[in-house]
Amino acid sequence: MNRRDLIKAFATAGILTVGGRVWAAPATDARLLVVFLRGAYDAANVVIPTSSDFYYQSRPTLAVPRPNAADPKSAMALDADWGLHPALRASLGPLWERRQLAFIPFAGTDDTTRSHFETQDTIEMGQAIQGTRNYRSGFMGRLAGVLTQTRPIAFTDQLPLAFRGEGTIANIGINAVGKPGVDERQAKLIQSMYEGHRLGTSIAQGFQVRDDVARTIAEETDANRGAVSAKGLELSARRIGRLMREQFNLGFVDVGGWDTHVNQGGATGYLADRIGELGRGLAGFADEIGPAAWPDTVVVVISEFGRTFRENGDKGTDHGHGSVYWALGGGLKGGRMLGEQQTVTQANLFQNRDYKVLTDYRSIFAGLLTRMYGLSAAQLDQVFPGARPTDLGLI
Amino acid sequence: MPGIHFLAKLAMVFWVATASRAVAATLSPADIFLLNRATWGANEQGASEMATLGREKWLDQQLHPPESAHLPQAAQAQIDAMPISQHSMLDLVVELQARSKAVNAIKDPVEKQPAAAAYQAALTDTARQAASRHILRALYSPHQLREQMTWFWFNHFNVHQYKSDIRPMLADYEELTLRPHALGRFRDLLGATARHPAMLRYLDNAENYAGHINENFAREIMELHTMGVGSAYTQQDIQELARILTGDGITTRTDVPKLNPDHQSTYMRAGLFEFNPGRHDYGDKVFLGQTIKGSGAAELDQAMDIIARHPATIQRVAQKIAVFFLGATPSGPAVRAMQATWQKTDGDIASILSTLFHSEPITKPDLSAGRFKDPVHYVFSALRLAYGNRVILNTLPAQNWLNRLAQGLYNKETPDGYPAAEAAWNGPGQLAVRFEVARQIGSGGAGLFKPDVPGAVDQPGFPQLQNAYYFDRLRATLATSTRAALDRAISPQDWNTLFLASPDFMY
Repeated sequence: MNRRDLIKAFATAGILTVGGRVWAAPATDARLLVVFLRGAYDAANVVIPTSSDFYYQSRPTLAVPRPNAADPKSAMALDADWGLHPALRASLGPLWERRQLAFIPFAGTDDTTRSHFETQDTIEMGQAIQGTRNYRSGFMGRLAGVLTQTRPIAFTDQLPLAFRGEGTIANIGINAVGKPGVDERQAKLIQSMYEGHRLGTSIAQGFQVRDDVARTIAEETDANRGAVSAKGLELSARRIGRLMREQFNLGFVDVGGWDTHVNQGGATGYLADRIGELGRGLAGFADEIGPAAWPDTVVVVISEFGRTFRENGDKGTDHGHGSVYWALGGGLKGGRMLGEQQTVTQANLFQNRDYKVLTDYRSIFAGLLTRMYGLSAAQLDQVFPGARPTDLGLI
Repeated sequence: MPGIHFLAKLAMVFWVATASRAVAATLSPADIFLLNRATWGANEQGASEMATLGREKWLDQQLHPPESAHLPQAAQAQIDAMPISQHSMLDLVVELQARSKAVNAIKDPVEKQPAAAAYQAALTDTARQAASRHILRALYSPHQLREQMTWFWFNHFNVHQYKSDIRPMLADYEELTLRPHALGRFRDLLGATARHPAMLRYLDNAENYAGHINENFAREIMELHTMGVGSAYTQQDIQELARILTGDGITTRTDVPKLNPDHQSTYMRAGLFEFNPGRHDYGDKVFLGQTIKGSGAAELDQAMDIIARHPATIQRVAQKIAVFFLGATPSGPAVRAMQATWQKTDGDIASILSTLFHSEPITKPDLSAGRFKDPVHYVFSALRLAYGNRVILNTLPAQNWLNRLAQGLYNKETPDGYPAAEAAWNGPGQLAVRFEVARQIGSGGAGLFKPDVPGAVDQPGFPQLQNAYYFDRLRATLATSTRAALDRAISPQDWNTLFLASPDFMY
């Protein structure tokens, strides 16, 4: 049974056609943004196991101090065992208080290569490591194929593996959007050259998205009314928020720069700066998408693996295993640490080196997608073949 | 009426072009296919070289570049004038470090900020010079295959310009480490990159020393430079290789450090590179099942001998080379033949390439199956076609186009280098940007003829895409829909834009 047959088989509501594709089943307002921290962020120093003496022994120069109201450079308490990096206090603290933010420690994959590229690919493909994998098919591409009334987009220069597959997914480098120089007439002529060509769909979509995004960003300039505007990652995140409020509902973005082998810093320093930027970006996204859409929105922040639990010889950390994933959204039952947990001790490390993986990324996503979109078991199996959903009770 | 004016111009160009094209017309479509693969992009100059020498002799000269062939004087003069051509890497880095110190010594933030910005600009300028040299060679060097392989190996042994102080090291890395070995032995290339300061900085080996193990470089050597992930090595092998790599680092010191007398004589220094026995772990190592006795810098040579000749390395790198030139993994026999040549010649890259270029996918090409150009092939081939007979005076526009297309020179942040798969480059957003670049290249000189010096005057440099090569070679092969669109062009600029945006030019 192919995908199209499936969609038809599950069609309960009316059928409508969008952009030449046949869609079925009920509409949804749900929006999903996946944020991929490429390079393996050092989860243990961002969501900190503050009750673990072993953490403080393992990281003599990097450890972030235990929560202490008098010290702004100490962790913000999440619960009795965990604390949040102080660089996130201002941006994400309020979301945690509002229960719109949750963390899933001991999350990751069963890929133990400790290779950035291999494990990123593993996650983006979303297929079981055992058996043969289709290296041209990503889980978000398959999700877009199964879902109804979806307008997917990757906010990246290159179309990520996560979105590759049968359909054509739009992508746009969100940092470098400018006024198009190729005019309407040229665009039409160019498209005429690709009629019937295998790149034809891609090109038509490229022009469409280019125009839509340019319009949205022109409005952003108007809306700012000369106020100091956001920069860097926050600017990108705000643009994504606006685009996902108005036009797109399934998005992917990646953020690099997390491979901190050397001098990563503790409460302040390199990683603190990066994580602070990310926090402001996510808060900016929530702000921009607005109160109407935020309750229907879920943001999931992932990374390929965690880093060595102990700091290395260079005040940094090397490639590890288990990570901490984040979930944000206006309608979440958050403000909690989710999934199976263990005390953070040397005995509980994976290969006496890293966090274990107790919750598989595929089951996390499978559980979320089931809740968000009401996917059937068969549909879910299209997206994550053979995965068993874990319901974390977030939605 | 602009249309008539445009057509009249066209006819004139056609007339001028007919004069010197008899020779190139003797090439077969399979010859042109080879020309397009072995060079950064076919043009009239390349075609007439191949036609004059004959296919085999031409290919032989690409594989074994003769000293007698040179860059055009107008390109060589630009390279000679660059500071990177006049100063060693050591001098550049020492000077910039001194400057950095001076900036850090400034207390007043108002004074410090512009000084820091100027320091950063000086760092960046060294990278721009290297990129400029790279582009001039890519466009005009008669040794096109070596230039392509230089890019290929940089990408294979990737470093990122913006990490730390790598920028002033790029010119040396490319010129003295990669280019001389680009068609030489893989083992030499592997050994040379492993001790280059740019690599030691990029993958943190400068910080890897006895008791302070940093396994970043060891892992990427195994995973990216040689055997490949999932092949026959373990986490333990990575840790052992990291120990072997201890002591290889970077220094600007001018004296020899005082060391344990047993090891004093093994201290090594070459420019910025240093092997410091005081930082080396002298214990024995077991690497890929073989014991490597603790002896110092030679341990790395032993380890490299093992992995450079490992079947996993041979298989993986031979296949990567084939994909680079063909766009897809060719059928088994071609890659197997390349592997056999590798075994027979102990990894002689020119021989391996010769096998590839004499294999069926190249000698009997499927002309309908194209290789989608990645951005660097796209931009270079467009510029070679447009300006093959005229040396550009400023490469910055080309550097910017590559950056916009997300394949900037020295600009891949992660050590895996840019991907080769078409799917990495043909997304909707990427194609839309590519058409913008087509328009910029097609519309005029775009600043390519305005030297990057204060007060320079922009010289006219209209890209003459409808040249002899176009009329002899390209026009007859265009798809009907492409011709139809080109017929509707309203100006030469518009024609160029459409031509560079056409599916015919994407492959």
